[in-house]
This record gives sequence, C-alpha cells and structure tokens, in this order.
Amino acid sequence: MADETLLSARGLSLSFGAIPALVGVDADLWPGEVLAVVGESGSGKTTLLNVLSGRMAPHSGVTWYRDPEGVLHDVHAMPMPALRALHRSDWGFVHQNPRDSLRMGVTAGGNVGERLMAQGMRHYGRIRAEAIDWLRQVEIDADRVDHLPRTFSGGMLQRLQIARTLVTHPRLVFMDEPTGGLDVSVQARLLDLIRGLVARLDIAVVLVTHDLAVARLLAHRIMVMQRGVVVETGLTDQVLDDPQHPYTQLLVSSVLQA
Amino acid sequence: MKGYNFAYLDEQTKRMIRRALLKAVAIPGHQVPFGSREMPLPYGWGTGGIQVTAAVLGEADVLKVIDQGADDTTNAVSIRRFFGRTAGVATTTHTTEATVIQTRHRIPEVALREDQIIVYQVPQPEPLSKLEPSRAETRRMHGLAEYGAMHVKLYEDITRFGHVAISYDYPVMVNGRYLMAPSPIPAFDNPKMHMMPALQLFGAGREQRIYAVPPWTAVRSLDFEDHPFRTTRAPHACGLCGAADSYLDEVVTDDRGGRLFVCSDTDFCEGRRAAGHLGSEAGAETGTDMAAE
Repeated sequence: MADETLLSARGLSLSFGAIPALVGVDADLWPGEVLAVVGESGSGKTTLLNVLSGRMAPHSGVTWYRDPEGVLHDVHAMPMPALRALHRSDWGFVHQNPRDSLRMGVTAGGNVGERLMAQGMRHYGRIRAEAIDWLRQVEIDADRVDHLPRTFSGGMLQRLQIARTLVTHPRLVFMDEPTGGLDVSVQARLLDLIRGLVARLDIAVVLVTHDLAVARLLAHRIMVMQRGVVVETGLTDQVLDDPQHPYTQLLVSSVLQA
Repeated sequence: MKGYNFAYLDEQTKRMIRRALLKAVAIPGHQVPFGSREMPLPYGWGTGGIQVTAAVLGEADVLKVIDQGADDTTNAVSIRRFFGRTAGVATTTHTTEATVIQTRHRIPEVALREDQIIVYQVPQPEPLSKLEPSRAETRRMHGLAEYGAMHVKLYEDITRFGHVAISYDYPVMVNGRYLMAPSPIPAFDNPKMHMMPALQLFGAGREQRIYAVPPWTAVRSLDFEDHPFRTTRAPHACGLCGAADSYLDEVVTDDRGGRLFVCSDTDFCEGRRAAGHLGSEAGAETGTDMAAE
C-alpha cells in the first residue's frame, strides 16, 4: 500500500530564524483521503501546508508527488513551470480568505472559468456552461453567474472559491481553514458541501484547521502538531476519542461543549 | 544638421538601441529593456518611436510620419521636421515612397512591402498591465506563457457586452508564443500585422521597452472559438474619396449635428481622390474649403 501514496513527505524541517516551524515531519496521503492537520496557532500547520504544496521550500526533507501516470516527482526539486502547471490542473488551493484567490473585479463565471481558460479551453459557451454547472454544485443560483463577487456573502464567496478550485477536477486539494471566519450555520452547510464534493469526486485533501469539529466531520485521518512536531497521528475517531499524547488530550478536553 | 550627430542621438546610444532591436527581432513579441534617453519632446508624444527611428535611419532613407493615420497633425509634422533637420533625410507623405514609417495609432491602408520598416509609438508595452500590476509577475507569466488571465478579460467583455469590447490595443499572440500589445492601433488594423512583409518595430520610451515582429510572422488576435475575432469600422463610405473599406474618422462639422466620415489615412484618401474617386461630400467640404471657412 505504501508505494501507492499520492503525496508523501519525509523529514521535513524548516525554521524561521531560531523558531522551529517544522521538525522532522513525515506525512502520507493516499488518493481520495482527507487528512486533517490540527494544532494551536503557531504550531506550524499552515507552514506544513505551504511546504507540501511546494509554495515554500523546506531546509531539509523531501516531498514526493505521484502523477496520474504513476511517475514520482520531487515537489521541491520540480522546475517552476511544472509546479505551476500542477497548481493549475491537478492541484487546488483553498485559502482561508476567499478574497486572496478570487478576482474581485471579475464576475463569478469568469472566476470559475479562469482555470479552464488557463488550461487552454477557448470556447466561451462551454466555459460558461461549465461555470454555471459548478455554481449549481456549490449551491449558488445560476443567475448569479454574471454578478461580481463583492455582491456575495462570506459563505458564498468561500463556495465560489471552492467551485473555482474544483472546476478542473483536481486530484489533490490543499485547504487552509476553509471554514474560518464564517458563522456557525454557514460553516455547517459548507462542511456538508465539502464532504459531499470530496466523496463524490474522490479528491484527496490536506486540510488545515484548528477546529476539531471540522476535522471530525471531514477527515479520515488526523495529524496533531505542536511547535512544529507531529505529536500524534491516526484515524480521526481513534485520535479524538482516545487521545494518547498529553497535548492531544489537552486539545480534545478544551473543546467547548455547547 | 550643424551641431547635431546624424539623427540626433550619439552613435553609442544608437548602437545600444540596435542591440535591443536585434534581440527583439530574434524573439518576436518579447519585450527587451533598453536605456531610453530624454528626447526633445514630451513622454506620450513618441519618445520611444523616435529613438527607434533614429537608430534605424540611414542617409538614403525616406521617412514618413503619421499620427492617427494623418500626415498633417502636430505630432507627425514635428517629428518629420525633427528628422529633416537633424538627419537631413528625405521625407514624404506617400506611403509607397517611404522606407521608414513612424506611426502613432494606425497602420497605413496600403499594404507595406519587404523593403519598408514601420516603427510604432507605444505608451504601454505590457499587455497584461491592467490584469496584473506586478512587473515581476507579468515577466514570469510571459516566461511560462501563462496567458489564461487575458482570456478572462475577453470572457468578461462577452459576458457584459455580448462581444469583445476592446476597440484598440487589442492583444495579439506573436508567432504562437508571446502575448503582445500592438500599441493603440484600432483592432481594425490587427489583421494587417499578420504575415506583414515589412519589419515592425515597437518603441516605448517612458516604459523603456523595445519589441518587434519580424517580416512574415504570424500575429493572431486573441478570441474564442465561438466568438471569433472581428474588426469593426463605421458603417459609412469616406465622404471625400468614397472608400468603403478604409478606417474612418468621424468629424463634427457644425453645431447642428452635422458629421463627416473621412479616411483616417490622409495619404490613402488623397491618392484615391487624385485617381478620380469622389465621395458624397467631395467638393463641398474638401480640406481647402474647410480651411477657407
């Protein structure tokens, strides 16, 4: 099984000056699997996401990505054109703040269609049809296709960002706190939507979150990080129901019960 | 010519510009930086074009300068006189007689030949400037040929207006590789750049960039398969020469809504009138009559 991983990292280390952000992190991701990375603020979750996706280079360690043909690529040694092509097609990145990735002056349809056009699609009618189809899949009314994102609510913006990312059918999506900054009812709907899409399209996800409830709902496996070190890893239910490491026990017990 | 080096610029500067031009011709559509000099005319009046012209001009050349197609506007007249004085070269208003044509915002209606050079004045050489403010990023996009964002702009136009609403400086792909701003020529002129026998040079003085399209190079205007590139022109015939296929200027003739559509290419229009073609307004409102009023 181990040789069929989609993404696998060994011994990733990175420090910002004297502050260690990652210390010898190993990670494996299998196709169609959702892996949650949890931990408190400053534990290195987002840094790990940036390193795994090739947006940052580690000081040591290696990350392998297996492309659809089964060829292994070293993410950090990849030439920039190849990495950028990967980010445009096979991979997706969902930011915490949708304004970071959306073009706010471009209509919803143009935003969803951008990745298709970047891949060389040159048929207006088909791009538009695809955009409308994706808006429907993320539960945005089709007649909002020509509206600017600035007229959208926070939850709609996040759903638009997800549509824009998934339109090219990526195999691997990196999500950085996708439900951060949304109110609880919107969060619940969005989580439902992500769970449905991920299962239906068989997408592998690396999900960074500080919210254990989000991890419980979405993730198959979970990695707990503290000060750049992975302190515990395992199946989500197993880790959350029976935490072994003192820090994980602290984390699980500190969740507020409403 | 007394007191000036031939064609105003010193020889070292001309050599520097020629090196940039050679690079530009070698990589069609790629913007080459160059050390743009202060010229005795304001930015926006053709400081880039005038430096390129100075670098390619020889003593035997015949120079024509046009501004919006016209030979008799301020910009055209002053640059033509500038080179008449500082280089002593022959100047002309006839497209067919010229060997070097410096232009602002038009390509002559008459097809250019292999022994001619056309020099464009360029205000903004970066076609992606409105989409991506960072020059470092646009250079990367050019390097990796990532031009999807430009199509997003076209998509938005079709969504809002039903057609691509770029009427000038319509972006083109040169030789299937580089996205290029054709300078603010009307989209009407874009097809003339495709497989043009003449050498096309572009100079942007303020932005310090030179680029080029060598003769017989493919220049394709961006479009969608189901919204192919189309040129537009005012649906009239030229009032003076009757031409129905030239690019027209709309001239307001009085304060009661009177309008006259005339060829923007003055040399083309005069040539047709000399050959006996007359438009509906000819005689009543020729250039001399208008001056007399």
